[in-house]
Amino acid sequence: MNSAMAPGMTPVATPFFFYLLSGMAILSGLLVITRRNAVHSALALIVTLLSVSGLYFMLYAPFVAGVQIIVYAGGIMVLFLFVIMLVNLERVIRERQFNRMWPVGLAAACALLALFLSVFEKGKSLFDRASVPLSDKFGPENTQQVGIMLYGNYMFAFEIASLLLLVAILGAVIMTKKRI
Amino acid sequence: MEITTLHYLVVAAALFVLGVIGVLTRRNVVIVLMSIELILNAVNLNLVAFSRMWGGLHGQVFAVFIVVDAAAEAAVGLGILIAFFRNRETINVDEIDLLKW
Repeated sequence: MNSAMAPGMTPVATPFFFYLLSGMAILSGLLVITRRNAVHSALALIVTLLSVSGLYFMLYAPFVAGVQIIVYAGGIMVLFLFVIMLVNLERVIRERQFNRMWPVGLAAACALLALFLSVFEKGKSLFDRASVPLSDKFGPENTQQVGIMLYGNYMFAFEIASLLLLVAILGAVIMTKKRI
Repeated sequence: MEITTLHYLVVAAALFVLGVIGVLTRRNVVIVLMSIELILNAVNLNLVAFSRMWGGLHGQVFAVFIVVDAAAEAAVGLGILIAFFRNRETINVDEIDLLKW
């Protein structure tokens, strides 16, 4: 991994940072689903998103990491916080937070986790091989390369995505109008 | 010990399961939507980790598309929530059952 690295790139994929970032992501993810106050959940979710963005940096994906910070932590979470303040109800905080079927849901989620882990255990040899040597796609040129792919191979999907965003904007505006 | 793709997959699986628990057990719609964001993030982490493993950029491009999807989903979901809150004065999943019977 080191020999093929472009000059001037120092490895950031150290175990310490991996465990720090993933620990932060999972801990604050746990806070997201357990907090009573939705604002606290939103703040914990921002910490999760920033930690995952750090993991993207460790995977040499600076463009996705930047998009994660700008669009998720900057855009979507502001939207969430606005809506939390619009629908803020004092009595929601006081009443029961988990629905009556929560043991069933917890059991189903644990079964899903066991399924994932057994798949990873069985397919270990597929996943723990050494990653390919870093090419220039994973360096400072990453954004440029992703842009070329977006406007090349994925041109049609890109246009569909812009159409999806347009539909989402229209839907959100129409739905929140007082009278249609 | 070197960090392999498997490590990232385990972290992503943990985030995914946390999101599933949130969707299945919480009663506050806003937190259910946030749990869906957690699930989408776990998928993104998987895609980027596989992109690093195979040395191509297709995974990263797909991750960008999923971010677009997440933004659209959050906008429409929160729009529905505001419209519903205006009519029924509740954001509780258990009380949103007009289409149930």
